[in-house]
Amino acid sequence: MNQPDTQANQEAHWAKTTRLMFIHLGVWLFFGYIIHMFVVPLNKIVIPILGFPLGFYMAAQGSLIAFVVMLFMFAKQQDRIDREHGYAEDD
Amino acid sequence: MATSKSYVSSGDFIKNLGRMYGTYTGGFLAFIVLLALLELAGVPNRVLGYLFVFFTLAVYAIIGVMTRTAELSEYYVAGRRVPAFYNGMATGADWMSAASFVGMAGTLFLLGYDGIAWVLGWTGGYVLVSILIGPYLRKFGAYTVPDFMAFRFGGNFARGIAVVVLVCCSFTYVTAQIYGTGIIASRFLGMQFELAVFAGLVGILLCAMLGGMRAVTWTQIAQYIVLIIAYLTPIVILSTKKYGIPIPELTYGQAIADITAREQQMLAMGLATVANLKPHISPFINYTPLNFFGIILCMMVGTASLPHILMRYFTTPSVREARQSVAWSLFFIFLLYFSAPAYAAFSKLEVYTNIIGRDLTEVRPWMFQWGELGLIQVCGKNAASIDAIVAACKAIAGHPGVVRLQDFVINTDVIVLSTPEIAGLPYVISGLVAAGGLAAALSTADGLLLAIANALSHDIYYKMIDPNAPTIRRLTVARVLLFFVAVGAAATASTRPSDILAMVGWAFSLAMAGNFPALVMGVWWKRTTSTGAIAGMIAGFGLCLFYLVCTRYFPGYGVAYFGMSSLTNAATGAPLVDIAAAMKLPNAMEMWPTLAHPMANKVGWFNLNNINCGLLGAPLGFLVIYVVSLMGPEPSKEMQAYVDEIRKPRGRTILEEKS
Repeated sequence: MNQPDTQANQEAHWAKTTRLMFIHLGVWLFFGYIIHMFVVPLNKIVIPILGFPLGFYMAAQGSLIAFVVMLFMFAKQQDRIDREHGYAEDD
Repeated sequence: MATSKSYVSSGDFIKNLGRMYGTYTGGFLAFIVLLALLELAGVPNRVLGYLFVFFTLAVYAIIGVMTRTAELSEYYVAGRRVPAFYNGMATGADWMSAASFVGMAGTLFLLGYDGIAWVLGWTGGYVLVSILIGPYLRKFGAYTVPDFMAFRFGGNFARGIAVVVLVCCSFTYVTAQIYGTGIIASRFLGMQFELAVFAGLVGILLCAMLGGMRAVTWTQIAQYIVLIIAYLTPIVILSTKKYGIPIPELTYGQAIADITAREQQMLAMGLATVANLKPHISPFINYTPLNFFGIILCMMVGTASLPHILMRYFTTPSVREARQSVAWSLFFIFLLYFSAPAYAAFSKLEVYTNIIGRDLTEVRPWMFQWGELGLIQVCGKNAASIDAIVAACKAIAGHPGVVRLQDFVINTDVIVLSTPEIAGLPYVISGLVAAGGLAAALSTADGLLLAIANALSHDIYYKMIDPNAPTIRRLTVARVLLFFVAVGAAATASTRPSDILAMVGWAFSLAMAGNFPALVMGVWWKRTTSTGAIAGMIAGFGLCLFYLVCTRYFPGYGVAYFGMSSLTNAATGAPLVDIAAAMKLPNAMEMWPTLAHPMANKVGWFNLNNINCGLLGAPLGFLVIYVVSLMGPEPSKEMQAYVDEIRKPRGRTILEEKS
């Protein structure tokens, strides 16, 4: 928690932050683009009971839910990194 | 109210937010019930409409006046005290415009799957805001986005460019919002359009002028509550009536299945042709895959570059809360956006089953009110009454006497506005929807106006013209500029410029090309130099602007001198316009032509719609920043240390404004 503000600590903090950024960009890329490239085959699958074709559903709702969940997770994860390195603000 | 007193009460104010807005929400619901009772008592619809609009406007104005301020940090960043949850709501209202509230469902109705590009594009951008830019700008401690550009990239030249980008994208956008208020007010209150525009203007000014960001924040929260109740109520009732479950987002899957079945049936019965029926769930009929994904990318990246959105995250108490606040923002936006496709599906099913294929004399009467306004046409004439449509269709040789798909034309705005009537709901719900649409347009206009006026007063006047100006004069200048920008936008809107709706999309691409590369590189790559960033901003923004202006206003020149060719039809692959023939026409080289010009918006490079010009500009911006930065010496040790500081949430902000 109470780490000194050294060059090494700073670099470790930023390396973790960068890694987290790339992970989230990857997930964003998947839900924002890649999955929608397969809309035609996905549309052949129909979600039981609700009746949505899966490709349509992912674009109209699935990806949006993923984005919201991602953002809440990101806020938590980044805060954990900040706290580990002593760079979080006081509560 | 003395400033010291307002400071003492501010802690209580924040603590009491939940109770205040809870009471407000309850009061609003009670008001709806009261109006419903008035309707039962026989009060005419028109009076109900006026009551709705004026009551809500009065509430916003009261909040605006009560939260007036004479302090700079209150005026520019709401004192940086807005909790994450409430800032999320305010951002939701700031973000969702008349286009989202009224237009989105209509776009989905017309374009089917392809329309979802807009839903995805206008939500996914918040991921970029949170992980790449927003929290870092909060730590930096700026009042405006150009503040950051100026500090990081060596002074007022970068500031000036950032202001140009900001004004270019925000002014067209705010004009569209004021236009939206005019449309809604004229449709529901029967006011003259020009008059309605200036009435909306008064509402906007009352909220923003006295209290700046502080007043806009607290009114936007009130506006969010109105707009989300208004958007969800009709469709929840409709879903309950039709499927017995009050969650339209789940039940519209059934409607989609019914639409798909009905589409086949219509083709079989000759009610539609393969050429004019666009199956609701089939992709890439209206947009080519490149343009579909291009729109998603440009809208997402544009979100993360629009100053009026980034500036909302300057108001949170901490970097941590800035991140949480982005998540709440998207949650509140999501509530509306994942409901829009349900509106589209229910309306489409209604149209396909109760209008298309019906005998002309038996169509449902809800459409006549919209037909009178020219928003629904049957057989090429306004569908004002049964007699009108029968007469119009008789004039067509060989018309079978039932409405066919090709006979029916609907304006996209009608989808949301007519849903209460389709569901057979009382007028009070229609009034509620109008109040919601107004709230959406006003809140976005407030945020945009503030972004423009703040850039002009803080960045141009205070930082570039008179750095010694006292607080009182800075605030006065800010208010006067706000007033003039607002009047200018209203005057532009009242002339009904033809490109107004396209301009909203353009604003995103311009913001993307001008701001995004410099903002991201400025935070994430310490080696970025001032020269590199300035060159990159000019190159990216310039290319995007050139592509827009050339394809829209100088299409002949684009073809003759810049190697542009015709865009193609997404479904058939055929060119939209025969370039060789069009270039021989006498008006081929016309400048600033109307939309009727054969080549306007129909030419380009790589088959790329001009709305996606950010796709050309942003990569160029990144490249130029990278190359030019490497050519010069690296930024000073001091600047690199500042960038390290921005990356750590703990500690003081870099900029400390004297107030």
